[in-house]
Amino acid sequence: MRKKEEGTILSQKEIVPGIFDLRLEAPDAAAEASAGQFVNLYLDDPARLLPRPISICGADPTEGALRMVYRVSGPGTGTAELSRMEPGRTLSLMGPLGNGFPLGQAGEGRVFLIGGGIGIPPLLQAAGELLDLRGRSDHTDVILGYRDRNDFLAREFEPFGHVAIATEDGSLGTRGTVLDAIRAENLHADVIFACGPKPMLAAVARYAAEEAIPCWISMEERMACGIGACLACVCRTKETDGHSNVRNRRVCKDGPVFRADEIVF
Amino acid sequence: MNNPVMTASGTFGSGQEFSEYVDLGRLGAVVTKGVANHPWEGNPTPRVAEVYGGMLNAVGLQNPGIDLFCRRDIPFLSQFDTRIMVNVCGHTEEEYCEVVERLAEEPVDLLEINISCPNVREGGIAFGTDPAAVETITRAVKRYARQPVIMKLSPNVTSIADMARAAEAGGADGISLINTITGMKIDVNKRKFVLANKTGGMSGPAIKPVAVRMVYQAAHAVRIPVVGMGGIMTGEDAAEFMLAGATAVSVGTANFTDPAATVRILSELEDYMRRTGTEDVNELIGAVTE
Repeated sequence: MRKKEEGTILSQKEIVPGIFDLRLEAPDAAAEASAGQFVNLYLDDPARLLPRPISICGADPTEGALRMVYRVSGPGTGTAELSRMEPGRTLSLMGPLGNGFPLGQAGEGRVFLIGGGIGIPPLLQAAGELLDLRGRSDHTDVILGYRDRNDFLAREFEPFGHVAIATEDGSLGTRGTVLDAIRAENLHADVIFACGPKPMLAAVARYAAEEAIPCWISMEERMACGIGACLACVCRTKETDGHSNVRNRRVCKDGPVFRADEIVF
Repeated sequence: MNNPVMTASGTFGSGQEFSEYVDLGRLGAVVTKGVANHPWEGNPTPRVAEVYGGMLNAVGLQNPGIDLFCRRDIPFLSQFDTRIMVNVCGHTEEEYCEVVERLAEEPVDLLEINISCPNVREGGIAFGTDPAAVETITRAVKRYARQPVIMKLSPNVTSIADMARAAEAGGADGISLINTITGMKIDVNKRKFVLANKTGGMSGPAIKPVAVRMVYQAAHAVRIPVVGMGGIMTGEDAAEFMLAGATAVSVGTANFTDPAATVRILSELEDYMRRTGTEDVNELIGAVTE
């Protein structure tokens, strides 16, 4: 039987305002986690019953450690409480959950890893796994979109590929969106993996369709159970799904990663 | 039933997802997510929001329809030594009856008729907030049912006793309550509704006192068994509902806090019985004293 795991906080720090880097000793989850999956974190507070689904940024099976980089979404939202937890504190979690990125689809082709805002962390693990898989970094372009010069994790991508940055205010890299950065640097891909806010994913999906590039995107939706039972976190699909028997798929169980051309935005 | 702990409809899917986390054979019954005569797409997202001590949901009874349900979900559940209670939903009396008739030949033990969903425009709660309508739909469903019929009642009424009596008058074999309480959450920074449906059904421990009161009132109004639910998180919560008059209990929102909540609650209920010298769990039913 699968069950919740009792993790222990190894370290936690605020890397840029509002973005926290949490390392957790959780050997069971760390042993299985692959890029694009998430864990449910439970706050152990009877007033806050629902788990917080947080994407995995890195997993070290030897150390039994998981890394999560998350945003505090506001006071009293649960992530604020999480950000105040000190090393040594236990924290229950369940996972890894969800399907993860099908990185094998990259083959030998040129890959875009496109991340926007708090969608960036899972791509760091994807970038590392892609290098392990292919033994080369020169066919990987990492395109990261931030609001402003408060970038995070960007330098950590450098061993895994070429890093291009876009900021909304132009304070770093190309001014504009991740697609503006792709055009400005004249980058080309055979396969795309992306994670970020819905408008970014919609734009990336459109771009991939126009350029006929196979594209996988990681979707986000409000969740409750995290294991595919409650049907809270569905996304609209073009075709009828085999499990739901309607044009809906479960982000937590069938996703969070989907073929971009399956999804209706 | 092996024991009085069941799952609350909509929180446990059709058992399959939870079977990785819970031995379904330890449950008194698995109560499935509501199923209609044809597939329903449900409401737009966001469908859930957390609130203090509970949550709101407006899933809108997304379901795969009775055909796929009978082909896939019933055979799956039949592998386990547990009772199967199928929750039935519909927009019209005919739709409820069609599903009930379809289930007559299936290896299903009990039917729970959902006349109390606050998240669908037609059907659902429209049948569950007027005593005459409750009696009519109960009578109609009973004509087609082979299995015992449990009517699931809404708390969004002035007199739960009237609704309970109406279900009994219509021939119900039992009643279950409470379904969720209609609520709303507004994001004050964005000045927008948090749920796409604007309103949603509130569940979780924050509604438990309301549920216990209603179970007590309903149990005193009828002779048929009552299934109690609403914010059960512990074995003592389960005992509280039974003391108020419930014959069995359903665990709902707690499944989201811990997928193994049902079996934990069952073992806590056993601890409670040992601690209080209760030999038979049925001794608890309605045993509250003034």
